[in-house]
Amino acid sequence: MRITCPHCGERDRREFYYRGAATDLERPAPDAGEEAWDNFVFLRENPAGETRDLWYHEGGCGAWIVVARNTVTHEVLGTQLASEARS
Amino acid sequence: MRFSGFRVFKEGLTGNKGWTPHWRDPEPKSEYDIIIIGGGGHGLSTAYYLAKEHGLTNVAVLEKGYIGGGSIGRNTTIVRANYFLQGNSEFYSHSLKLWEGLEEDLNYNVMHSQRGIINLFHSDGQRDAAARRGNMMISQGDDAILLGRDELRKMLPYLNFDDLRFPLYGGLYHPRGGTARHDAVAWGFARGADQRGVDLIQNCEVIGIDIENGAVRGVQTTRGPIRAKKVAMVAAGRSGQVAAMAGMRLPIESHVLQAFVTEGLKPCIDHVVTFGMGHFYISQSDKGGLVFGGDLDFYASYAARGNLPTVENVMEAGVALMPMIGKAKVLRSWGGIMDMSPDGSPIIDKTHIDGLFLNCGWNYGGFKAVPGSGNVFAHLIATGRYHENATKFRLDRFRTGRGVMDEEGKGSQHNLH
Ligand SMILES: Cc1cc2nc3c(=O)[nH]c(=O)nc-3n(C[C@H](O)[C@H](O)[C@H](O)COP(=O)(O)OP(=O)(O)OC[C@H]3O[C@@H](n4cnc5c(N)ncnc54)[C@H](O)[C@@H]3O)c2cc1C
Ligand SMILES: [Zn+2]
Repeated sequence: MRITCPHCGERDRREFYYRGAATDLERPAPDAGEEAWDNFVFLRENPAGETRDLWYHEGGCGAWIVVARNTVTHEVLGTQLASEARS
Repeated sequence: MRFSGFRVFKEGLTGNKGWTPHWRDPEPKSEYDIIIIGGGGHGLSTAYYLAKEHGLTNVAVLEKGYIGGGSIGRNTTIVRANYFLQGNSEFYSHSLKLWEGLEEDLNYNVMHSQRGIINLFHSDGQRDAAARRGNMMISQGDDAILLGRDELRKMLPYLNFDDLRFPLYGGLYHPRGGTARHDAVAWGFARGADQRGVDLIQNCEVIGIDIENGAVRGVQTTRGPIRAKKVAMVAAGRSGQVAAMAGMRLPIESHVLQAFVTEGLKPCIDHVVTFGMGHFYISQSDKGGLVFGGDLDFYASYAARGNLPTVENVMEAGVALMPMIGKAKVLRSWGGIMDMSPDGSPIIDKTHIDGLFLNCGWNYGGFKAVPGSGNVFAHLIATGRYHENATKFRLDRFRTGRGVMDEEGKGSQHNLH
């Protein structure tokens, strides 16, 4: 699997640390309540097919990257800086 | 058909022509009391114990592929009761006791081999953690022995005792731990359930769950609709998709775990051995193949196959620990879909929908749990009450934060357990 870092270009998967689903970018307000926090911390869409997840270019530029990916074929469909995905 | 030494002998002399299929291949009925979604180890053992202990036989197990095609036929077969936290420890202890009587109970040779498990440690800190875990195992009534370096050298002389980077300090020895033949466990439970009247329906994918007024009414399948009073979701790595049919989101992320086997060798590794530095574990099958594995690939996946970086990582760890295996040729590798939960512990519970039950979150430890999980889940489905050895596997522990059971203190990231 190779992942294209928006800064560094196409790199070996080993340079990246995997965090989990990109829902991690949607942090609720501290007082949003049990349900919102359950959704954020624990519950997952966990799709068999296209997904968006969060990777960290640990062995490269240190950017957090949202990777659009297929969980069945392992095809990488696209990448975007997390800072841009969030705004 | 019953198995016995005499029967094996007789069949051997008469050309093995008297063996019959181990279970029927029935057409699905239009209605059952209980439907179990998923014919893996957990679904089959649930059906078996429903029939055997609760007399409930109007039960169907619906399997989208074939019996034994999921993780039950893909795992590295380790059976143990060396958990630390209350909630887990009494459950795995219960499961190991069921394993110890399983072959007689099922009249089936599952090749359960209590060859002992040795978890190696490589620092003072790891030794303290191993001693603490061992004490918890003993206080649960199970067995644990702390081995020093010299005792270890006698038992496992082939380890790399000269490794300066990962020095061997000793190991935590769990003599009642071991392995079993994974396929035989699926087949034995399938046969036992079938003999008691349970319908095992293969090539039958559940594609919808019918819910009316907050209660489950049945399922839609690729072989037509089937009504049921109770439905149990036991789909392991596919739990997320199955629960979505009931409008539920689960605290589960599915990941790929790989395993490897070498060509058959003469007996050389007598125990199950785990490396404490870098993730690597190994045992030798009765056919002689070295069966080993390591970490997840670490990204969410349903591919049931992994990538090469993990292969390299596992091989490196193995050869660092026991250089002798560097000469063995790897024959096959494969992957399975793991239902990773946020605290590394499973979920065995009711849901907010009447009559709908959930069993998932087995991470990479669900094989040893197969008898225990079916036993306690059958109890929950039949009586509506939690089994005394499975009171803490509650779905709401994540939402409320009460009762989260994170054995290794890794935090809520699914792939870290
Ligand atoms: C490489 C590897 C090594 C492992 N090593 C160990 C080990 O050493 N020790 C240990 O304790 N555990 C181990 N495990 C974990 C263990 O194998 C699993 O936790 C356990 O098998 C999961 O439960 P199961 O047997 O019910 O799952 P499965 O066998 O996967 O059963 C789930 C079934 O549900 C079916 N299904 C899914 N969706 C549907 C649907 N919509 N309709 C109908 N049917 C459906 C699937 O086809 C599948 O057959 C390992 C796993 C892997 C992959
Ligand atoms: Zn980069």
